[in-house]
Amino acid sequence: MGKLFSKENQEVFSNPLNLNNPVVVQVLGICSALAVTSQLKPAIVMGLSVTVITAFSNLIISLIRKTIPNRIRIIVQLVVVAALVTIVSMILKAYVYDVSVMLSVYVGLIITNCILMGRLEAFAMQNGPWESFLDGIGNGIGYAIILVVVGFARELLGAGSILGFKVLPQAVYDLGYMDNGMMTMPAMALILLGCVIWAHRAYNEEKK
Amino acid sequence: MNTSSNTYTVVYASVMVVIVAFLLAFTSTVLKPKSDYNEKVDKQKQILASLNIRDIDNEGVEAKFKEVVVADMVIDTLGNVKAEKGGFDIKKKDINPENLPVYMCKVNGVDKIVVPVVGKGLWGGIWGYVAVETDKMGTVYGAYFSHESETAGLGAIIAEYEGFQKQFAGKTIYNESGDAIALSVLKKGKNVDGVGVNNRCDAVTGATLTSNGVNDMLHDSLKKYMKFLKNNAK
Repeated sequence: MGKLFSKENQEVFSNPLNLNNPVVVQVLGICSALAVTSQLKPAIVMGLSVTVITAFSNLIISLIRKTIPNRIRIIVQLVVVAALVTIVSMILKAYVYDVSVMLSVYVGLIITNCILMGRLEAFAMQNGPWESFLDGIGNGIGYAIILVVVGFARELLGAGSILGFKVLPQAVYDLGYMDNGMMTMPAMALILLGCVIWAHRAYNEEKK
Repeated sequence: MNTSSNTYTVVYASVMVVIVAFLLAFTSTVLKPKSDYNEKVDKQKQILASLNIRDIDNEGVEAKFKEVVVADMVIDTLGNVKAEKGGFDIKKKDINPENLPVYMCKVNGVDKIVVPVVGKGLWGGIWGYVAVETDKMGTVYGAYFSHESETAGLGAIIAEYEGFQKQFAGKTIYNESGDAIALSVLKKGKNVDGVGVNNRCDAVTGATLTSNGVNDMLHDSLKKYMKFLKNNAK
């Protein structure tokens, strides 16, 4: 057990959460991060889906990495990812239909999410299954955190609600407060994301 | 083993494809009944929304739908009833002049006819349901619209913003002489011959192409139902 959670493995897991975050440091997966964060619920589901898919595609690719013919390795990676994405998409359709409608094409587009291919090619092809699995979970959660932060801010400021529940009392609106319609648009997500990156860099700069 | 030989690569690829195909087929078969049911409930919800019955939870949808929708008929453009049942099972892409689903409904004892409308927005398909009163002018009782992939915050407003849908209530689908479809979605200030005050609804600002799509959809689809609606007007 000690080896499973060795210092290196802990780093493999925690690095993508902060210092090597796929979204705010490597700036990958921006497209979907902007598109699905207008509300918190789809952002959470999207984050979870990507986490599950990165973790398991990393695990599978790592398990078969020694058998993969080098010339078609990208295709093999894509097939594994595509199969997992299709399965997740079918599960979403069966169990959380309204969310799958909200995520629409973006579930399918997880296949082309740079985070996935990047991790498979850079990590899972060279490392063991357990490390790869941790790396996948770490990167997925690193992506999910940013989605949740942006989704939280956008839903709160754009619709005055969290997870569909009104949190701003009517009294606030009576005083003349208005929901910011800009927040529901992807452009505002990009600006918010920029702010997150700014805060993240400034914080890590101080620590150095 | 030589993992870069041609034979190995080809065999590897074939085996992988077969395994993945089986896996996907299996998952799809297992989950199909559940997702079909979800799609059905979603469609019923949309039809109810056009009848201004919104905000019901998924459990209540089926019972309410049974209560409100008296018959799901299949008709053709000439207004002939081709089947008294089975209109609900017609998929959007199978709707054609010979095969038109229509829903006969009763809300609080008053007859309404719900007509599905299908068209194209800016990026993909758009569709909706228009509930019409059984009067001579063809007064709209309610409407619901949805879309595949219109721009979030702009074109997507046709589905998200109830105000857009609610403005249709009380408008009439025919022009003044009652011989053509005139219900339109127009920019403020834009006038089109034959479209009266009672026929026009406001377009979505910043989503001209989606709004035009809704406009064309209404004209194209309602035209096919005109005979039937006229025959059923009291």
